[in-house]
Amino acid sequence: MKNPLDSLWGTVISGLILTGVLYVFANHFLVGR
Amino acid sequence: MEHAMGIFRWIHFMAGVMWIGLLYYFNFVQVAALKNAAADGTAAGISKHVAPRALLFFRWAAVVTWLAGAALLGPRFVPAFTLSGGAELIGIGAWLGTIMLFNVWVLIWPNQKKILGLVPASDAEKNTARRVAFLASRTNTMLSMPMLFFMGVGAHGF
Repeated sequence: MKNPLDSLWGTVISGLILTGVLYVFANHFLVGR
Repeated sequence: MEHAMGIFRWIHFMAGVMWIGLLYYFNFVQVAALKNAAADGTAAGISKHVAPRALLFFRWAAVVTWLAGAALLGPRFVPAFTLSGGAELIGIGAWLGTIMLFNVWVLIWPNQKKILGLVPASDAEKNTARRVAFLASRTNTMLSMPMLFFMGVGAHGF
């Protein structure tokens, strides 16, 4: 599989996905524990 | 103390704009420009005159951003880095920024020195250095997106 960071769009999309994943993680496991 | 916090925030923003601005310059502009410039034999203009200067401000802006951010956290520094005590969201931003600072000084800058010929390196070492620096820079571009999101919601809420 091609590394998504090799393309600019792959990098931006990876950043958006990571933001979403961390947002869900923070809301479920960190905030309001 | 309030005034000091205002100054730390100001410095944090200015240095952060310079750091991330240059990071985006490298990733959105210079990588593609260098490829085209290499094809018509004009790459030296960028690699000799632009890149070293951009890297100088880039790596030191990263340090100033982190230090001003740490000062701005003040007593919330430990709660932020342990993701506790109401500093969870800014803590995620602080961790991402710290990983990015590590990438700048441990992966990008030492490898850029080899690429730009500031330290001796064989062609094979330069090729490896090019790949490591490129991926570390792209990783930082990716991390900058959640980092800025969590800096924003950590300071201002959702």
